[in-house]
Amino acid sequence: MVGLSIKDPIREQQMFGSRTVVLFLGVLLLVGLLALRFVQLQVWEHETYVTRSDQNRIQVQPLAPPRGLIFDRHGELLADNRVTSNLTLVTERIDNLASTIERLGRLVSVTPADISDFETRLRRKRRPLEPVALRQALSEEEIAVLAVNRHRFRGVEITSEQIRNYPYGSLLAHAIGSVRRVTEEDLQRLDEVTYSATKFVGRRGVEKYYERSLHGDVGYQQVETDAHGRIRQVLDIQRPVAGQNISLHLDSRLQIAASAALGERRGSVVALDPRSGGVLAMVSNPGYDPNLFISGMSTEQFSELSHAVYKPLFNRAVNGQYAPGSTFKPIVGLAGIVEEVVTWDETVEDRGYFKLPGQQRIFRDWSWTRNNAGGQGTVDLRRAIYRSSNVFFYDLATRMPVERLVDFSAQFGFGEATSIDVADASRGLLPDPVWKRGYKGEIWYPGDSVNMSIGQGDMLVTPLQMATVAATIANRGRLVRPRMLLSSDAPLPEADPPPPWPEVVGPSADDWENMVDAMEDVIHRGNQGFRGNGTAWAYIGRDIAYRMAGKSGTAQVVEIPQGEEYNEEELAEFQRKHAWFIAFAPADKPLIALSVLVENGGGGSSVAAPVAREVMDAYLLPQLALR
Amino acid sequence: MANDFIRSLPQHERELHGRWLHAIHIDPVMLLLLSMVIGFGLVVLYSAVNRSEVLFQAQLVRIGLAFVALVIAAQLPPQIYMRWAPFVYLFGVFLLIMVLLFGVTVKGSQRWLDIPGIIRFQPSELMKIAAPMAVAWYFHGRPLPPSFKDVCVALAIVAVPAGAIIAQPDLGTGILVAGAGLAVVVLAGLPWRWMFYAALAFAAAAPGLWYTLQDYQRQRILTLFDPESDPLGAGWNIMQSTTAIGSGGVLGKGLLQGTQSHLDFLPEARTDFIIAVVGEELGLLGVLLLLVLYVLVIGRGLFMAASAQSTFGRLLSGALILTFFVYVFVNIAMVSGLLPVVGVPLPLVSYGGTSAITLMASFGILMAIRSHKAW
Repeated sequence: MVGLSIKDPIREQQMFGSRTVVLFLGVLLLVGLLALRFVQLQVWEHETYVTRSDQNRIQVQPLAPPRGLIFDRHGELLADNRVTSNLTLVTERIDNLASTIERLGRLVSVTPADISDFETRLRRKRRPLEPVALRQALSEEEIAVLAVNRHRFRGVEITSEQIRNYPYGSLLAHAIGSVRRVTEEDLQRLDEVTYSATKFVGRRGVEKYYERSLHGDVGYQQVETDAHGRIRQVLDIQRPVAGQNISLHLDSRLQIAASAALGERRGSVVALDPRSGGVLAMVSNPGYDPNLFISGMSTEQFSELSHAVYKPLFNRAVNGQYAPGSTFKPIVGLAGIVEEVVTWDETVEDRGYFKLPGQQRIFRDWSWTRNNAGGQGTVDLRRAIYRSSNVFFYDLATRMPVERLVDFSAQFGFGEATSIDVADASRGLLPDPVWKRGYKGEIWYPGDSVNMSIGQGDMLVTPLQMATVAATIANRGRLVRPRMLLSSDAPLPEADPPPPWPEVVGPSADDWENMVDAMEDVIHRGNQGFRGNGTAWAYIGRDIAYRMAGKSGTAQVVEIPQGEEYNEEELAEFQRKHAWFIAFAPADKPLIALSVLVENGGGGSSVAAPVAREVMDAYLLPQLALR
Repeated sequence: MANDFIRSLPQHERELHGRWLHAIHIDPVMLLLLSMVIGFGLVVLYSAVNRSEVLFQAQLVRIGLAFVALVIAAQLPPQIYMRWAPFVYLFGVFLLIMVLLFGVTVKGSQRWLDIPGIIRFQPSELMKIAAPMAVAWYFHGRPLPPSFKDVCVALAIVAVPAGAIIAQPDLGTGILVAGAGLAVVVLAGLPWRWMFYAALAFAAAAPGLWYTLQDYQRQRILTLFDPESDPLGAGWNIMQSTTAIGSGGVLGKGLLQGTQSHLDFLPEARTDFIIAVVGEELGLLGVLLLLVLYVLVIGRGLFMAASAQSTFGRLLSGALILTFFVYVFVNIAMVSGLLPVVGVPLPLVSYGGTSAITLMASFGILMAIRSHKAW
């Protein structure tokens, strides 16, 4: 034991020597293990890692095609594309997101709404290292400020993308519709390959209906990227094919005139070329700026738009459904002629009110007063049109089964969407006894027919439908389906039109001319003394330079209780009557047919007719001056 | 007899290689091997820094400084090292405590000591030499193989700095310091039996140790077994480095042609992960060449240690060269996915100065021990 505690240099050195040898063998063993590992990676599994390395650096990226342009009939650009810059973040490369956003906020405006929208986008499914937009539509100054400070921010990039641009803003919003950013919901519906690079999809109107043609074909590029997704070189490229350019029947000048004529009032103007069915103008007021949907609208702005009391996003021209009021009377009159229950010469005494046999209920004329005075006197069908006598049509309705009236009216497209390419057009409602039993569970009363004869009751029409009716009368019975598309560079897949609408059967050529004459009187019959003038003459007929045929309508929104006089002043805004006017001109050889609707506007002749006149003037006066 | 033989070797070599190298206590064989490793490293580094002249020249300056450190360290007689060993060790421990109290935090770890305007360094680097030196000093006057008590004291000498470094936290350097210290204990003649028991005890304690690890350290260990489980987080480094190595194949993609490193997929390509650049660009042949060079350095180092004359000299030389090996092994095993990711650079090849200077200084000490007589 004592010996062990004494140092023994020789033995120590021998032991150290042997330990050194053992340790060196251990070193060789471990280095051999490392060498084996490299053999495994570089020889046995080489192929796997070559593939993985190529997958890392080589990517196939889809290239979005430029969207087709939209022009009006004169070649005016209505929708084009422009490049916008966004401030984007690659969150994987940012250590402290909140502080980065806060620091960026000192350079450019970043609102709390921007941040909450950014967080929404962040939650969506996306590729790793894919940039997420924090701010869209950067201004030139903002781009400059960010570029100067770029070195201070890791993972912050300015990316550019092509966006849709509507130079006319809200003017044509409802006419051509708009695109919106592709949502996850859209992606489930859309073709995954075609839309792999697309950021926007047609949401409304023409943009929606011609989506397939406007979209174009996706392209691809094979690129070598670095770990940050930045492209180092393009290895192969297959360029995208731009969408089709299309021209519409729309006349932007007429659209401007129609919009100006309507002014601030809620309502719609739809103008057609009766020969082709082309939609010359389609105004729905109030409108909205479709560019807001593209260059980034905050959630707040959107909810303000969609919940606004006047519904600016609602396209009244094709989706607004209203009672047609007296604008329906020409159809009822023609039905009576065709059904031979009335002639052009037959007269009725109009004392301002009407009672069904054996009933106490009073149906009133618009000229009715409390002491049952008023009325239009002795009226034939022509006078019933230009004076808009209710009593004449009440009486006419009782003379024929309602089914006959419905069958005849259906030929004008009521209850149908007759258009070729107007997206999501509403059909309206042409009620009949079968519908009423099924829908309301009630039988059809004679009073329903009486109401229907003046375009009240359950009947609903859209301004587009009423413009089509005006065009059909202008064409003396030939309904031409309304269409937006005028021409395109190449045939469009969507442009397979439905069969032509059958011509209205029944009225003779004379019947049509008589009805057109009566409708001309609405505007042109003047200086005939008390209750002798056309209803619209005083408002638009005195100084008109061409022959216009038309019919006013004043559609009741609420039912006036029996025995009470209608007092417009006392009614709340949304309970006031809707003002209608349908018209076409020149009466003998029509170039334009239109419908005007002013929501809660009041009298059709006093409110809607002047709008129609302004639109007609804007369209016809230059053309007539040329002749 | 063996003693005489070993003692005669320097004489023999003195005649083979010029007198001037011996005059400044430089071992020519080791110098040649180290230069080959460094030369190889510079070639790879030129690619890894993407031909950046600024970075490459900066590294050349550091390598120059490292050679100066080697020459200076070789001039000091081993007695000086032994005399100063306890003080350097205590000073090192003091600095480590200062780091924990006042250190500068970089990337979540408190490793740096910053005296503003003067110097900024990692005291843990010093411990890679100071810890084995202190253990060798302790064993020098004591009978070997060591008694149980002496082993315990030696372990304590190692555990204090290693613990302080791991607490920074810097597991990589902590393992290297502990490894260097333990190497001395093993070289001193720790019975193999005890090592076996210690290994058993460690295995039993492993589940408990798991809970002492930081979250990111645990993640790294888990990642080792399944890198794809977190391809953008902790697994990214390993997936990218194995991809770089594997795609290199036998001959490699060619210098400067590595896509993984040049397209930034490979993280830390010029520092800790540089062996992946070797694997990708120079292939299996490049890797094997480097491994052979390392083995030669270690072999020569162990031979120099075995031929040292004093206990202190033998133990310190052996410990320094074994630390060098641990460096090599941990780094390459980590990059090739055999060990969890810890921050250990590839010795003499990775970009950076501190580790190169420390390593070359330790080779200088090795040469000093060999060339000074009776030590």
